[in-house]
Amino acid sequence: MKSKLKHRLVFLATGLLFGFGLAISGMVLPERVLGFLDVTGKWDPSLAFVMVGAILVHIPFVRLAQRRGISILGDAIQLPRRKDIDVKLVVGAVLFGVGWGITGICPGPGIVNLVTLSPGIVAFVGAMLVGMVAFFVYEKRMAAGQKN
Amino acid sequence: MNLVSYVSPLLGGMLIGAAASVFLLFNGRIAGISGIVGGAFGTDVKDRSERLLFIAGLLLAGLVVFLIHPEHFPAARSVAVGPAILAGLFVGFGTRLGNGCTSGHGVCGLSRFSGRSFVATLTFMVVAAITVFVMRHALGGGL
Repeated sequence: MKSKLKHRLVFLATGLLFGFGLAISGMVLPERVLGFLDVTGKWDPSLAFVMVGAILVHIPFVRLAQRRGISILGDAIQLPRRKDIDVKLVVGAVLFGVGWGITGICPGPGIVNLVTLSPGIVAFVGAMLVGMVAFFVYEKRMAAGQKN
Repeated sequence: MNLVSYVSPLLGGMLIGAAASVFLLFNGRIAGISGIVGGAFGTDVKDRSERLLFIAGLLLAGLVVFLIHPEHFPAARSVAVGPAILAGLFVGFGTRLGNGCTSGHGVCGLSRFSGRSFVATLTFMVVAAITVFVMRHALGGGL
């Protein structure tokens, strides 16, 4: 099988696996996410177990990938090496936090939720894509500004 | 809150961890949703079709679960359109500016003990909790 096809299958298969995980985890229920974030109200801590489960499974495989240095399909293992805490990282996380807190939807669950065709979800994902494209435009302008 | 309510988050989380692991081991890359999606709609992308296939996988999984267990999904009109648009803009721009979301920083980053991801995750969790506090308790659920 050609490498390009194998890569495509991996993207499709991992998308499926990720989607099943999100759908059964409760992360696709905005009310439940808001209940998890509502620490001063009737706090529902159960969604913390999504992150716990994901991290516990992922840690040994990160170690394995780091030791291998090369992926099963022959690509270099590309893990971010940056260590600096810059303004973009923090401001980006603040903006994301505000958006996540408003409706209780983050990117993955937003996309999985599209299958409900609920107007609020479609509006969220549409606006999210606009926000992402706006960032590309902003980034290009910044890069062009630095050249001049 | 009974024990059962913790089982599906844990199992779902483990599946997410498995997906991120397969992605990293086979492709050598971080399975951050906002990065994959953002890249799919950016310019100068070499692997757009791969990224779109990942999104197709997310949608297909959602569809299967929705058809079998619709109760796992929010009711049709439970998410208000106005706030959703505002939230989407913040989430889209913020996750690209900060290089990641709940998956890229929260799962992948924390799993390799990245300091940047720890700061990002702590920041968006605290800010999201403050936002919920302001909207639910300070403003009395105005939105």
